[in-house]
Amino acid sequence: MKNALISAGVVVAVIAGCATTQGSDPERQREAVETMKQSFHARGIAKMNRLNQDELQRVCTDTRDQPPANVQKRLEAAEMAEIKLPADGKFLGGWKRGEKIASIGRGMTWRDKPGRTSRGEPNGGGCYNCHELSPKVTSFGSVGPSLRQFGKKRGYGVDIQKYAYMKIYNAKAFSICSTMPRFGPSGTLTEQQMKDLTAYLMDPKSPVNK
Amino acid sequence: MRHALTLWIFVVLAAGFPISQAVAQTDPRTAEEFDRFRAIMEEANPAELFEVKGEELWKKKRGPKNASLEQCDLGLGPGVVKGAYVQLPRYFADTGKVMDAEQRVVHCMITLQGFSYAALAKRPFSRGSYTPDPVAIVTYIAAQSKGMKIAVRQSHPKELENYEVGREIFFYRAGPWDFSCASCHGQDNLRIRTQPLPNFTQPEQAARSFMGWPGYRMTGGVMHTLQWRLTDCFRQQRFPYLSYVSDTHTALLTYLGVNANGHEYRGPGIKR
Repeated sequence: MKNALISAGVVVAVIAGCATTQGSDPERQREAVETMKQSFHARGIAKMNRLNQDELQRVCTDTRDQPPANVQKRLEAAEMAEIKLPADGKFLGGWKRGEKIASIGRGMTWRDKPGRTSRGEPNGGGCYNCHELSPKVTSFGSVGPSLRQFGKKRGYGVDIQKYAYMKIYNAKAFSICSTMPRFGPSGTLTEQQMKDLTAYLMDPKSPVNK
Repeated sequence: MRHALTLWIFVVLAAGFPISQAVAQTDPRTAEEFDRFRAIMEEANPAELFEVKGEELWKKKRGPKNASLEQCDLGLGPGVVKGAYVQLPRYFADTGKVMDAEQRVVHCMITLQGFSYAALAKRPFSRGSYTPDPVAIVTYIAAQSKGMKIAVRQSHPKELENYEVGREIFFYRAGPWDFSCASCHGQDNLRIRTQPLPNFTQPEQAARSFMGWPGYRMTGGVMHTLQWRLTDCFRQQRFPYLSYVSDTHTALLTYLGVNANGHEYRGPGIKR
């Protein structure tokens, strides 16, 4: 009798939890996916496979960006394995080129070309869309943390250079449901571009560190 | 007409509103200042010219069937335009589905007037001096709900279902950059560059998804509806192309609209 009451209590608690949580509803999600498949069509470089979720996207969607710790660890390790470090072991490119890449938010849309924007430039990293960087640039976003004095605050050592490069390459390796795109695995940025951005953050002469 | 509008905008801007300075600042008052600027502009909004054009298009006999849109049912009965915009999207028995304002207008243009979807979907958005007919018509319809409370219905089972489907779409992360609508619009106090991003999961801020649309967008000097806004959001999310008047637009508009319920709709607005 006592066990039955406890079981009933657990069931009620779970149902009550489901009613109040804003988590994903599998049935409605199936309908949503079906609706989207009929609503979208391929255009330019944006093919319909862009609607297919990988495991990371599915988990982050289902858990509203708050996956259980064990799942988080496993997925972060998988993302870490995707990071390709530069063969020459050097992480710093040119900060002036990095500043340009950080300022351009174009590329990868259905208007753009493979590896280039609709204007014919290389893809940008769109960093200023979300981050504060150079003190001279006041039109910065707040989706991500400020990167002012990134190198100055952390030290200019090779270990920090490597960390910055890895973070730019695949931010999800460090925080699985981060809003920051996976610039390396997605093919958005080249190795040289990511080195240039690393220099923008880590070169003592970069305006970011003034 | 377009040159007159452009000239008018320049006159107002030259009158001294330091908009470039305001935009350059990172001060949160910038959003406040722009709201005040917007309120001034809305008193003599270029959108009114499109409302007039839309009313003409509503009443004129056009298309292969040489009929007007005056028998079009926007949910309150054939031809009833007043109050229709703030109760859309809603379920329609004649089509058996939930439909939003522009989807319903296009439906009426096809069934009553004989226009084709393909023709309307070919150039669905304003550019330069070109404004598609559905955009002007939706602007007219929206103006007839000015001052009314947003009241998107949640009584038919399909309306309830549509809200939930809209919510799942809102949170769906996909594409090469892993973005969902919620990536930008699911938290408080986010900003892309200097553009504040309302959190549409919260009722107070969800009203800002409904408010101001259709809107006269100063960038480019064009009239846009929520069809344009949602399609361009998905472009920037690096998704494929969202087809004109799709059911994904509708589901999202139900989700956003219901979240905004109760707030006063001030009619077509003005955008950066």
